[in-house]
Amino acid sequence: MLEVRDLTATFNREGTPSQVVNRIAFDIAPGEAVGFVGESGSGKSVTARAVMRLAPEGSSIAWGGRILFKGQDLLALDERQMRDVRGRRIAMVFQDPMASLNPVMTVGQQIDDMLMRHMGLSQGAARKRTIELLAQVGIRDPEIRADDYPHQFSGGMRQRVLIAIAVSCQPDLLIADEPTTALDVTVQAQILRLLMRLRKEIGMALMLITHDFGVIAGMVERVYVMHRGDIVESGQVDALFADPKHDYTKALLAAVPRIETARRSA
Amino acid sequence: MTAPLLRVRDLSVTFPARRGRPPVKAVDRVSFDILPGRTVGLVGESGSGKTTTGRAILQLQAITGGSVSLLGKDLTKMSSSDVRAMRRHMQFVLQNPYSSLHPRMKVADILAEPLKVHRSVPAERIPERVAELMTLVNMDPASVRRYPHEFSGGQRQRIVIARALAVNPDFVVCDEPVSALDVRTQSQIVDLLHDLQDKLKLSYLFIAHDLAIVRAVAHQVAVMYGGRIVEFGDADDVYENPSHPYTRNLLEAVPIPDPARQRAKLAASVVDPQFRGRDGETGPCVFGHDHADGTSEWHEVGPGHAVSCRFWPPGVTP
Repeated sequence: MLEVRDLTATFNREGTPSQVVNRIAFDIAPGEAVGFVGESGSGKSVTARAVMRLAPEGSSIAWGGRILFKGQDLLALDERQMRDVRGRRIAMVFQDPMASLNPVMTVGQQIDDMLMRHMGLSQGAARKRTIELLAQVGIRDPEIRADDYPHQFSGGMRQRVLIAIAVSCQPDLLIADEPTTALDVTVQAQILRLLMRLRKEIGMALMLITHDFGVIAGMVERVYVMHRGDIVESGQVDALFADPKHDYTKALLAAVPRIETARRSA
Repeated sequence: MTAPLLRVRDLSVTFPARRGRPPVKAVDRVSFDILPGRTVGLVGESGSGKTTTGRAILQLQAITGGSVSLLGKDLTKMSSSDVRAMRRHMQFVLQNPYSSLHPRMKVADILAEPLKVHRSVPAERIPERVAELMTLVNMDPASVRRYPHEFSGGQRQRIVIARALAVNPDFVVCDEPVSALDVRTQSQIVDLLHDLQDKLKLSYLFIAHDLAIVRAVAHQVAVMYGGRIVEFGDADDVYENPSHPYTRNLLEAVPIPDPARQRAKLAASVVDPQFRGRDGETGPCVFGHDHADGTSEWHEVGPGHAVSCRFWPPGVTP
């Protein structure tokens, strides 16, 4: 479904170009869950944004290569065509849900908007569907909560709202960039379970970006390990954890703190 | 029996009522000891009161009750100038190595500042001590003429640690010292904290939300919820035999870097328990004790391992 070839991303900082993604290639099949793992600066978030053609805040970026989504090169689309893909076919959730929500609109209006714009629903039909979606992502009393503003929700509930917006148009691919990094560990577990359930219910593919090997372990079928703009290793999740081939992957896995491992000295 | 280096008793911090909201008991009757050369890990989720506890211990936050004794002296009964004099025994290391170093100061000046404030070494010996501190945290002493932005996140955290150690403290509060760092850098900083503890016989209060990191550093663990400690014990006992339902819930939620086990964890259906207080309730607690007589809410489950009978979900028994 998604075939990425020779992808490059080049930032332009005060006239000096710096390439942060170096001719990488990857694939995501329909309904497949694929993880991208790496440290800060590895290029994993920029890669995720490339698929949405979103430049990180306040920067200019040049993309190169091909991003074939169902045979169509997203990098060749004009901005208007790209807007139809974004949100409708490919949706994204970010680490900080507050930054992605409009603070002066109720969450219900924000989901209604998506449904009316992309799905052509009437106001009434959209609201009905909005309430279903809020219930689907585990928000209690959805009829009442739909009229609340983002600041009236906790961090975990905001992330649920963001996920409701992302899945509102039943996308083919959901990109989740560190979706649980800002959340408490018990809330993280709830959000991960929610993403698993929605993936099954909607049949969508998942591209999960994270620095956390524990999060990636249970969520995906395949993993790409990124380091300094390159994919250094890829493989089935079980094989990659059991028998990492690349020295960088080995070093990362060895450094992961484990809850079963006691303090080394007395 | 070694005397504790730090003794915290019934420490309480209440934030006053604001904009129609009732007062918040951010820290509610917290008690524990830290022995010399040992680490207590303080874990809990956001809003549990762990950071406020650390600040209250260091007298950086006004307290509403209880006491904090360091080296046998009660900090809460001291004048502010006496507390200032005690600061050379207690230091802290914060989460963000980007904002806790002054960007316009060279590392040499950053490390010299506490030495001057506390007059720890004569002025002519300061450069020597600064070089010593850099070596202590495995940094090149020749790099002290550089500015913080010229270093990586991990190197900056080493500088923050060197600054905390400049005055030879006995006790360091580390509040999320590695959460902003990449995993390989995290493990290097954890190793450094271990080595420094062995070398200098430091005591740490290590505050973190990451339970796996706390397991790697702590001798003993305190689990905080709703401003209170709900479980305390040796790290091995708390992690292998968690006895408060909140601790179990917290540990159960930690993702395991093992695909088969983590998948099974996510597939298991869970109900999110409601942790309710028992304040104001009468009758026997979950352990069958009636606390109307003012007895402690603490119940021993093993040697040095105890749980509170507060915040047990309805129907859950020990």
